Amino acid sequence: MAWISHEWFSIIPLDIVLIILSEGHSTTASLPQHGDRGFPFAAAAAAAAAAAGQALPRPRPAAAMQFMLLFSRQGKLRLQKWYVPLSDKEKKKITRELVQTVLARKPKMCSFLEWRDLKIVYKRYASLYFCCAIEDQDNELITLEIIHRYVELLDKYFGSVCELDIIFNFEKAYFILDEFLLGGEVQETSKKNVLKAIEQADLLQESFFSS
Amino acid sequence: MVVPSLKLQDLIEEIRGAKTQAQEREVIQKECAHIRASFRDGDPVHRHRQLAKLLYVHMLGYPAHFGQMECLKLIASSRFTDKRVGYLGAMLLLDERHDAHLLITNSIKNDLSQGIQPVQGLALCTLSTMGSAEMCRDLAPEVEKLLLQPSPYVRKKAILTAVHMIRKVPELSSVFLPPCAQLLHERHHGILLGTITLITELCERSPAALRHFRKVVPQLVHILRTLVTMGYSTEHSISGVSDPFLQVQILRLLRILGRNHEESSETMNDLLAQVATNTDTSRNAGNAVLFETVLTIMDIRSAAGLRVLAVNILGRFLLNSDRNIRYVALTSLLRLVQSDHSAVQRHRPTVVECLRETDASLSRRALELSLALVNSSNVRAMMQELQAFLESCPPDLRADCASGILLAAERFAPTKRWHIDTILHVLTTAGTHVRDDAVANLTQLIGGAQELHAYSVRRLYNALAEDISQQPLVQVAAWCIGEYGDLLLAGNCEEIEPLQVDEEEVLALLEKVLQSHMSLPATRGYALTALMKLSTRLCGDNNRIRQVVSIYGSCLDVELQQRAVEYDTLFRKYDHMRAAILEKMPLVERDGPQADEEAKESKEAAQLSEAAPVPTEPQASQLLDLLDLLDGASGDVQHPPPLDPSPGGALIHLLDLPCVPPPPASCSVTQAGVQWRDLGSLQPLPPGFKLFLCLSLPSPGLSSHPRSQSV
Repeated sequence: MAWISHEWFSIIPLDIVLIILSEGHSTTASLPQHGDRGFPFAAAAAAAAAAAGQALPRPRPAAAMQFMLLFSRQGKLRLQKWYVPLSDKEKKKITRELVQTVLARKPKMCSFLEWRDLKIVYKRYASLYFCCAIEDQDNELITLEIIHRYVELLDKYFGSVCELDIIFNFEKAYFILDEFLLGGEVQETSKKNVLKAIEQADLLQESFFSS
Repeated sequence: MVVPSLKLQDLIEEIRGAKTQAQEREVIQKECAHIRASFRDGDPVHRHRQLAKLLYVHMLGYPAHFGQMECLKLIASSRFTDKRVGYLGAMLLLDERHDAHLLITNSIKNDLSQGIQPVQGLALCTLSTMGSAEMCRDLAPEVEKLLLQPSPYVRKKAILTAVHMIRKVPELSSVFLPPCAQLLHERHHGILLGTITLITELCERSPAALRHFRKVVPQLVHILRTLVTMGYSTEHSISGVSDPFLQVQILRLLRILGRNHEESSETMNDLLAQVATNTDTSRNAGNAVLFETVLTIMDIRSAAGLRVLAVNILGRFLLNSDRNIRYVALTSLLRLVQSDHSAVQRHRPTVVECLRETDASLSRRALELSLALVNSSNVRAMMQELQAFLESCPPDLRADCASGILLAAERFAPTKRWHIDTILHVLTTAGTHVRDDAVANLTQLIGGAQELHAYSVRRLYNALAEDISQQPLVQVAAWCIGEYGDLLLAGNCEEIEPLQVDEEEVLALLEKVLQSHMSLPATRGYALTALMKLSTRLCGDNNRIRQVVSIYGSCLDVELQQRAVEYDTLFRKYDHMRAAILEKMPLVERDGPQADEEAKESKEAAQLSEAAPVPTEPQASQLLDLLDLLDGASGDVQHPPPLDPSPGGALIHLLDLPCVPPPPASCSVTQAGVQWRDLGSLQPLPPGFKLFLCLSLPSPGLSSHPRSQSV
């Protein structure tokens, strides 16, 4: 295959990849890397806990999923959903570093990565990397399922979704994600219900707006 | 003149059409100017389009803070399109650090109480993504009301928003705890999932809630059982597993409830066994559920048989072709190896297989687990595998592997010779990555194994002859050759093939080490001292040695210079004492200060003290050496108490000793620095201890000798 320019990547439909993947279900692997500890997440969480002013037995101050990033093979961000409060600068820094780390991984490595004090679960679908950050006690395998379910939803909605769809309709990608996950947790496990909700919301949008 | 604003898609096209970064920046700046103008003019019709464009530009990394107020206006609008984009903007642009975020509280409140369902959904979503503590406090009553709404769409969102609120404001737990019991009776998966997440959050936050919810364990067990046995619905299942998300969440809650609680654990046992055996593991979804089950089994007070089952499941995971599953299995087994050691031992061969993984993260995990599994019965086999791994492993794992092997060898070595061989092998393979005390440990080990002196020195000589770049190896070899040079030259060791070694060859090798640019200063020190010791061990005349020693008397390195000068003096003025001073080291005990046999040294010391030609620098270097002792990093110290990794302990022992003979004559022989410390300070009595004490600690009852101070 001649991967000439990133335009080509964008056009390859993701659903073909989905079929292949749903058979085998393991593509990229991730390396746990023992990076530096003491990153803002813990600090932000601790600050939040401190602000709440209670002694917590075994607190989980932040959401199960801390953030989700979608980026292309060239490192361009296509979607970013943050479930923890961080400043713009911190978000940019994390994005930059994480993108670099994930893109440096070889194709045959496992999908899990230890980065700072978080676990990163990532998976590549055609030209897009879907990358989630979860906490130490979370189940990585189910996070892979979450990512896969999101891709399936996108695929169903856009019909053979490819990267270009997500670029040109980024706000729809956000809306779909918001119907599937809420506050970092799964809210609806039925594909049908999620898509129905999106449909209804789309209908509500006045038809003469095309933006 | 009104310029029609670009549609979002057109803008995106234009940006993507830009060939260079500068061009893209230009396009974006132009557009942002338009957007700003449009915001200023307050055009309500196209505001959502402008904000959408701004959000796109924001994702590319450009500043978009001027859109924050527009988000507010859009949220307050009555059109659904506006609200949708406005809330999205709020989630992306506003966060709790900006004061502006509080301004949307009112809009959210209105939307929550009066909006149609999709609007309520939007508001809840935004609240749970970026809601700060103040907002949560303000809006808690609204959310509570929504928990009882008939529509599942809104309820499930309200429940998860409650989870977020509790995370931000734990006091709200009291508000959201009562509805949980009723919500558990729902059949809607989304609501059930949300409720279980909510209960999990409540239990993690407060022990009282944990006790309260223990009584729903039977109900949870029932829900899960129904799900597993009869709950197959295409809507919720993934590759034959019914709603794995819900299953995993229930299992996690059961884990929290069953932890340290016999009764609850007992209630769950059957169910966990059922899930563990009946889940289809051909796909990732089934494995995810199985993994969660294993974690739960290991964490609660489960029956022994169940624990073994869990470990076996992990063992099976290790054989899975999917790398992710192997990784997860290795991580979990590592967590379990302390508590269920024998069960994990059964999977040792598979774990060792994993050492050969190409994926470095997997091999790292396998290494940690293998090291944890070494015990006295499998040590030989394991060491072989680990040594093979050491030769081929990636560089960042070398240090860990080397130190792991050395530690394991120390704990479980079946024979001394095997131990020496192992350490030797590690030093040759990964010498640069070993810890500093490896040298000291090995010298002590060799020193203690009298029957193996000849063997050790022979092997070390061979290793040194091949390669002088591995510093720890060179240091040990130099020391050994110095100590046991006569055995080397005797050439009649049974254990390895006889080797005729010439005196000149040995001296040449040591000189090579001295001159090599690869040798560290410490190594040079070892080599010089070894040369000196050989002067008594070898039969030939010592001209060559004397020559080398005198050359190094003008060396730039102060430590080497000092040693060389002192050795030279030994040759010139104290030749009659040389043999006694350079005698073989006595066996050094590890456990405590040993009284030493060589009392001769004390007499010689008396005479030597007058002639100690040491300038003040040695004192500084001795002080430095003492500091080294305190750091415990260098393996240079070989006087009782010897080789204690906690130098503080060494000092305590020193203080415990009565300040009466015998002198630690062994000090005199081992390493040059220590040697000279003692020789220089060897007053009638007490021994060099005093010097240390005088220099570093005020100790009553010990008089300080002015002579020793000058040393």
